[in-house]
Amino acid sequence: MIPATTFASLNWSLALPEIFLACAAMVLLVFGVTRKADPQREVSWLSVLVLAITAALVLAQGGDKAQAFAGLFVLDGFARFVKLMVLLAAGLGIVMSISYLEHEKLSRFEYPVLILLATLGMMMMVSANDLMSLYLGLELQSLSLYVIAAFARDSERSTEAGLKYFVLGALASGLLLYGASLVYGFAGTTNFAAIADVLTRADAAKPPLGVVFGLVFVAAGLSFKVSAVPFHMWTPDVYEGSPTPVTAFFSVGPKIAAVGLFLRVMAGPFAPMLGQWQQLMVLISIGSMALGAFAAIGQSNIKRLMAYSSIGHMGYALIGLAAGTAEGVHGVLVYMAIYLVMNVGTFACILCMRREGRMVEGIDDLAGLARTDPLMALALAIFMFSMAGIPPLAGFFGKLYVFLAAVKAGMWALAIIGVLASVVGAFYYLRIIKVMYFDADAGAFEPRPAALSAVIAGTGAVTTLFFVWPAPLVVAAQAAAATLFGG
Amino acid sequence: MITALAFYMFAGVLVASATMVIAARNPVHSVLFLILAFFNAAGLFILMGAEFLAMILVIVYVGAVAVLFLFVVMMLDINFAELRQGFQRYLPIGGLVGLVLLVELMLVLGAWVVAPEAAALRQAPTPDAAAMSNTEALGRLLYTRYAYLFQASGMVLLVAMIGAIVLTLRDRPGTRRQSVAVQVARRAEETLEMRKVALGQGIGEEKGVVTHGTPGLRPAEAAKTATEKAEVR
Repeated sequence: MIPATTFASLNWSLALPEIFLACAAMVLLVFGVTRKADPQREVSWLSVLVLAITAALVLAQGGDKAQAFAGLFVLDGFARFVKLMVLLAAGLGIVMSISYLEHEKLSRFEYPVLILLATLGMMMMVSANDLMSLYLGLELQSLSLYVIAAFARDSERSTEAGLKYFVLGALASGLLLYGASLVYGFAGTTNFAAIADVLTRADAAKPPLGVVFGLVFVAAGLSFKVSAVPFHMWTPDVYEGSPTPVTAFFSVGPKIAAVGLFLRVMAGPFAPMLGQWQQLMVLISIGSMALGAFAAIGQSNIKRLMAYSSIGHMGYALIGLAAGTAEGVHGVLVYMAIYLVMNVGTFACILCMRREGRMVEGIDDLAGLARTDPLMALALAIFMFSMAGIPPLAGFFGKLYVFLAAVKAGMWALAIIGVLASVVGAFYYLRIIKVMYFDADAGAFEPRPAALSAVIAGTGAVTTLFFVWPAPLVVAAQAAAATLFGG
Repeated sequence: MITALAFYMFAGVLVASATMVIAARNPVHSVLFLILAFFNAAGLFILMGAEFLAMILVIVYVGAVAVLFLFVVMMLDINFAELRQGFQRYLPIGGLVGLVLLVELMLVLGAWVVAPEAAALRQAPTPDAAAMSNTEALGRLLYTRYAYLFQASGMVLLVAMIGAIVLTLRDRPGTRRQSVAVQVARRAEETLEMRKVALGQGIGEEKGVVTHGTPGLRPAEAAKTATEKAEVR
């Protein structure tokens, strides 16, 4: 028999940012529907405002780990940290898309609203403390993303990207659900803390086969969402086909949320099965790093290249998870924050690649950019150096923290493979710089929209100057990682 | 004894009609078998004492979903025979893969172990069955303990609705739409013309032409149709 649930005992105020975001998204939807002319621009800026208020609400929630809604929802430092990253990614994603949507005649107010709802799903994922809330958050996020992948519905490539993403995403959800049902069948509960409790009491050296199966299925479903090898097949096609600002958002927001969820699930309910999932993570991360490094070399389309690059980056981030320590989680969080900044900056540059009224996506189109637009070439060069992991840019520190965590956990081989993969990966990042600085001009791009210039300048400055004052991010990530492993 | 008989009857018909859903050649028959399957599943629920779920199954699935299916099947011109061609071509290899998977899963489930505390944990959220009806019990769980999940499902459905509209609704140019404001602001002088009609004479300019006007046409179009008629004469 459960204790009686009262309104106060739901602790709903812990979910205040989510509740606010949900209500605001619905208000903006009604606002958009009642307007005569298309209000995409107004709704977009209002959405950015809503995201800023939500971030302020998240920041205002202090305190230790606390649960709400009878254990379905958990709020701790880790959740707050990841939520802030997701909100930042969504805000930048909306800002970058405004002028693109107008140019490409895709200007519809549902776009920012769907991004808000996807963000809501991501925040629910990060705060999930139960297999059911995990699944609902994940579905809310994925469903919104399927729609915006196909947002350019008159473009065959965009529709194909949406359909592909939908079919494969549904398959991944099925795997995840099947795994969840196996875990529930063994433990008799869906609550993370209770599952961990049951698993601790089971024989740790030789856990029952059914639970291991469940764990593998859950990990497969989550790997799909972070696009780690061998569940990465959809990534290049979806990234190439979707409208570019959608790709920019895909490469940061959902990935950060899914990595956050991955960390929470592995360090939470499955913590007693560390020995089982550690091998899995090592395999996935080596595969992703290798594929990201080698498959990107032959690409000529910059969006496809970024897709493989993001697969590789997920490999590096998962090294931290494979280490299985609070230090590893710290490394992952720092890595994801830096990845967010560099990736948004790179995509802002890609969104500026417009010639004769249409977008160009070839790497050759960047030729001679150093002479036609030296500032943008400099920014893109900074992002590429940073992604390759060249000190003293931010990307170097991201890699440093995960590799250090792996070494401290005694995983020398993993760290060495990571370093080798990043050396190979540096080749194609440096090739872009070579094309920009040393190849014959391919002609100037159209003038940059002001919002994109601001995003490029901001992210470029953060990437370059991170080493001057890294303390705020590193300390905050450390505190966040500690709450995940602290209990 | 009677419960067992009823169980086997419901279960037997359920399995048979479920098979017919995928085996029937005519898609309309498939939907009708689906309805039969739903009814028998509802019967099984009643045997278990879950009368609320049984009623929901009949009302929602038979009343709404199956009828919607029926509409879709009847209104859309889908060539099901063509769709099934691929099915038959891939059946051997697909069946083989499915069989291997089934055997493997059976090997796992054969050694299925349940944690000793699982049974107690599974019972934990459910209120005492003797104390309240199962409608009340479901409501208590759904609207209090699981309120968060309930609301989250609502958001998922909202996204599905927005998605369907975003991806399919098109504003076709040239369609006429109802504008309530214009209709209300219309005055009698704009629509009606009062004339004195002399006895035994029409109102048409030409004698013998009656401009009744076709319903639904605007005055200009009605006049045009009238002149066309006149020309035919």
